[in-house]
Amino acid sequence: MSDFLRDYLTVGIFGLTGVALVGLLLGLGSLLRPTRPQPQKYINYESGVDPVGTGWGQSNVRYYIFALLFVMFDVEAVFIFPFATRVDAYGWFGLIEMGIFIVVLALGLLYAWKKKVLRWV
Amino acid sequence: MLDLVWLVPALPLAGFLILVVLGRRMGEPGAGWLATAMCGGAFVASAIVMAGLIGEQGENRRHLLTLFEWMKVGGFRVEVGFLADPLSITMALFITGIGTLIHLYSISYMHGDPKFSKFFIYMNLFVFSMLMLVLGSNMLVTFLGWEGVGACSYLLIAFWFSKDANASAGKKAFVTNRIGDWGFMCAMFLTFATVGSLDYSVVLEQAPLIAPATATAIALLLFLGACGKSAQLPLFVWLPDAMAGPTPVSALIHAATMVTAGVYLMTRVSPILTQSYDWAPSIIAWVGVITALFAATIALAQTDIKKVLAYSTVSQLGFMFLAIGSGAYVAAIFHMITHAFFKALLFLGAGSVIHGMHDEQDMRRMGNLKKYMPITAATFIVGWLAIAGVPPFAGFWSKDEILLSAYEKNPALWFVGLVTALLTAFYMSRQVFMVFFGEERWRDADHPDAPEPHESPWKMTLPLVVLAGLATMAGILNLPFGNRTHFLERWLEPVVGESEHTVTAAASAQIGLAALAVAGSLVGIAVAYRIYYQRKMEPVEPAIMAQGWKYDTSIAAFMGGPGREAFEATATFDGTVIDGAVNGVATLVRGSGVHLRKVQNGFVRTYALGVAVGVVALLAYFLSRVTF
Amino acid sequence: MLASLWQQLSDSPVPIDSVDLAWAGLAPVMILIGGALLILAVDSLVPRRLRPGSYALATVLLAAGAMVAAVPLWQRVQDAERGPFATAAGAIMVDGFSVFATFVILSAVILAALSFDGWLRREEMDGAEPYVLMLLSASGGVMMASANDLIVMFLGLEILSIAVYVLAAMHLRKITSQEAGVKYFVLGAFSSAFFLYGIALIYGGTGSTNLVRIATYLSATVLGDSGLVLAGLALLLVGFGFKVAAAPFHFWAPDVYQGAPTPSVAWMASGVKVAGFAGLLRVFYLAFSTYRLDWQPVIFVLAVLTMLVGSVLAVVQTDVKRMLAYSSINHAGFILVAVQAATAAGVQAALFYLAAYTFMVAGSFGVIAVVSRKGDIGTSLDDYRGLSRDRPVVAFAFALLLLAQAGVPLTSGFFAKFYVITAAIEAGSSTLAIIAMITAVISSYVYLRIIVAMYGAGDDVPAPRTIPLPAAAGLALVISLTVTMSVGVFPGTLASLAERATPVLIPESDPGAVDPSGVPPGP
Repeated sequence: MSDFLRDYLTVGIFGLTGVALVGLLLGLGSLLRPTRPQPQKYINYESGVDPVGTGWGQSNVRYYIFALLFVMFDVEAVFIFPFATRVDAYGWFGLIEMGIFIVVLALGLLYAWKKKVLRWV
Repeated sequence: MLDLVWLVPALPLAGFLILVVLGRRMGEPGAGWLATAMCGGAFVASAIVMAGLIGEQGENRRHLLTLFEWMKVGGFRVEVGFLADPLSITMALFITGIGTLIHLYSISYMHGDPKFSKFFIYMNLFVFSMLMLVLGSNMLVTFLGWEGVGACSYLLIAFWFSKDANASAGKKAFVTNRIGDWGFMCAMFLTFATVGSLDYSVVLEQAPLIAPATATAIALLLFLGACGKSAQLPLFVWLPDAMAGPTPVSALIHAATMVTAGVYLMTRVSPILTQSYDWAPSIIAWVGVITALFAATIALAQTDIKKVLAYSTVSQLGFMFLAIGSGAYVAAIFHMITHAFFKALLFLGAGSVIHGMHDEQDMRRMGNLKKYMPITAATFIVGWLAIAGVPPFAGFWSKDEILLSAYEKNPALWFVGLVTALLTAFYMSRQVFMVFFGEERWRDADHPDAPEPHESPWKMTLPLVVLAGLATMAGILNLPFGNRTHFLERWLEPVVGESEHTVTAAASAQIGLAALAVAGSLVGIAVAYRIYYQRKMEPVEPAIMAQGWKYDTSIAAFMGGPGREAFEATATFDGTVIDGAVNGVATLVRGSGVHLRKVQNGFVRTYALGVAVGVVALLAYFLSRVTF
Repeated sequence: MLASLWQQLSDSPVPIDSVDLAWAGLAPVMILIGGALLILAVDSLVPRRLRPGSYALATVLLAAGAMVAAVPLWQRVQDAERGPFATAAGAIMVDGFSVFATFVILSAVILAALSFDGWLRREEMDGAEPYVLMLLSASGGVMMASANDLIVMFLGLEILSIAVYVLAAMHLRKITSQEAGVKYFVLGAFSSAFFLYGIALIYGGTGSTNLVRIATYLSATVLGDSGLVLAGLALLLVGFGFKVAAAPFHFWAPDVYQGAPTPSVAWMASGVKVAGFAGLLRVFYLAFSTYRLDWQPVIFVLAVLTMLVGSVLAVVQTDVKRMLAYSSINHAGFILVAVQAATAAGVQAALFYLAAYTFMVAGSFGVIAVVSRKGDIGTSLDDYRGLSRDRPVVAFAFALLLLAQAGVPLTSGFFAKFYVITAAIEAGSSTLAIIAMITAVISSYVYLRIIVAMYGAGDDVPAPRTIPLPAAAGLALVISLTVTMSVGVFPGTLASLAERATPVLIPESDPGAVDPSGVPPGP
């Protein structure tokens, strides 16, 4: 067996031990604890308050759209900040590239705006 | 002169193109005359080429005309070209000759049909495709023609597709032929892989170098293709149904020309057949002779005038394959030609009867038509005597050649062939007596005022008379009186000479066999005379024979039952195992009180499961190949 | 402050590796992306709605423009002196293969755009989105076909796929379209993850994601432990298999094809598949040809499964769209047969098949788009009864396209199948060739069923109805039919183009390869 796989052997043993431990503890617990089923025990836990509706309850789709827009424009910062720190190194090439990047994003925002996505109804 | 060979297929093609554009404007009968003229022109062109070939001797008696390079891919090159040699020109000559007569006949037969010009478009396209098939210089061009004639046949069978049965008959022909085509294509690929070319000139020259196993595979795959096109067991089911098309179509395509394409193909590749294991030709011979017997027994009990002829065609094609299998290629071609004459004659005669009887096809409602349709009756009787094998009519000579070779191959083959010949004489006599003799039966309780039959116009009877002459005289082509009278054999020698089986039987034995064959025919005719003319014996027509030994229905039942179930089962696998898992998930989920909408999520989960299984399988396989 | 920035930008040396870009080589992709953005901008900025059909026209013009831009590329790569070249630091390869695939993908864009026009008007949803999405998706496809680096391949794959997910879900009022989009998206994301993981494993095994370097490394080094590379290959195959709908990664295809808007399906079945196969061939045939003996058997099994599933399951369908979905799976299996050969002839056969198939399938789905009724419904077999009476020309064209798909001679489909089978036999895979032909026979029954339904007569033919045929859809039909039939009669041209469309690997040490402008590279 190659060294590479031997390294993974450790991981494998670790994983197996973990699974065995969980099984052991849960098994012991189920042997030791008293079993008294009550309907209240099967209610979803929601910060200690009585839950409203089922677990499959739907929320307004607008949340998702805003969340998506936020993620999009948040992620672009990941590109822009490192770029800004090295702007002198990239020179004109970098500036133009970043300009295109931002224009494309702005176009997306414009489109979303035009499609009235930004209005909360 | 030989270079004119391109004209042979070009004329019908031109006719086809002109009719596509102008057909509807030319209307009736102009379109029909144009198509006939084009076909006739092709006949003249073939005759000129043939004259050119006669001028050459031995090995020179072949001519290759390459038109253009069709495609070239790596080492694979196909040219569109024509090979004019005795075999192909003989085929071209009788295709165009009979084709012209049948075109002429159709002008009258299709009179008043709303799709008159379309009919001739298809007919010219058919003649063109058939000529491509026989003249093609390589297997791919032949295959092209092969598919082309199939397509035309399909279109023409379903010509009156408003009748539901016709459409389904067309469909059946299509599907059955696809099975055969599959064999042809496999054979082509195998040939190319072995020889590296599809040109007949190369393939046949190198045939003796092909390993016997490969040669056997190629030959049998081609034979599968031939079985589809030439309606042999087990693929013959489509031909009887194909009679749903107009009668001239039955005569041209389903009796004289297209169905013999398989025989042509096997003759063309005879060197490959020679190179294969001995049992390969035996298989062909046995398939042929069993088909011949099988179809003959079915023909005994048919009541539709065209169905009898259809089964008889299947049976006669079986004879040709018997000849191929026995190595008697010349006899096969000889019988093909004589059969084309007399069977086209019989079909056209039947068409004339149907026409004269105002679209009646049931023989039980005919009788004594000789009084009303004298020309049709006389010519039909010639056809009958020819197919029954009564000397000196054409069928006797060709069938005799086949039976002789079959006898030398295996007496058992000869015996089955002899019985079939007897049956042939019997069922054909039955037909003649039922249709043309006896009492007039067209007026009965159900049809109190059926119109009186009448003779057909000259455009229909002229082809009958010509064909009757040919059916009488065609035996001259290849008389068994010594080498000098074997005209056809000497003519075809450059093509099949090396593969041809040489008859070794003594002259006395040959005469004896011929005498037996004639006796068999006469017995068949005599029995039929007793039963159907004198009515002194009870006819024996078991229902199972009338239903074609239930072959067709069993196949339909299989395809409708177990065959379809096999397909369904696969679908059920998709449906049950996969959807079952889904439904299982769905039921679980529904238990938790979720709407149907969530079931769709279940679907995706299952699909993802499928992907995951695939991933695991791929990983498992690839990792099993890890080298440590 | 601006002045100082100006100063900085102008003066500073460039310590970062600057990348030479052969813009001409990227022109088709740039035109597609730029055009898509332009359409989007116009759609957002112009206050009034444009004349209906403007966006379709723009899309067709853009695709045609990209084709025009690709013509000099083709001449260039065929030129013995200049030849194929890599650009963008060896991440993009412009060779005959990529240019050929570009042409096919662009043809698919044109056909689908033409089909979209009338369809969108009928569904009363004229807008720029489908065209923008299709152009973007096509740019991803072209990127995949010319990717010389697994990362670029993945980028292309994602650009291609995400746009197609949206295209599938585009019919907002139709619940099955939404369902199709979600299904495609979830499963697509699932398979993309495998693909990405495969790239990671291959990087781990070979130390590069560049196809040239991978190939060089693998041919020069005997790996002590090939596990990583093999596992990576398996996962890459999952990604490609999903995109081209090869069994057992095909499950999405029938549902998605049935639910998605028909013109989107035309694009999915043609352009997306071409891109997927182009990527598959590039990676497996070129970069991993040393591992041929490992992946060939797998492709063999996938091809058999795919062809069987595609043909057998098509037989029991009653919905024409679904039938063609399964038949497109069968076609994918056929192309896999060519891939399995792993020879130059196999690549050529695959390209020929893809080109011929694109026109057949885009034309067929174009017909389905025309025959369906408002709401994108009416695709069951019964809806095709009597079509020969209501729209004889459309019925005839559809029949021809179906016959081409069945592989009847004198159509491009025949030669497509013919080349594939020949390549397989030359490569010694006769078993596969025989299975392929059996499935071709089975699936010809499916096409026949549709034809019989169109031409059949009897009691079950519904009353005549008027089927509007938009001009653009008619044009698409004419184009696809013309190509299908003319390639069927004269296959030589396309075959020789496909023959010259060979994919190549150019080692980076080749100085002329990276910089095509003729300027010698700097020190």
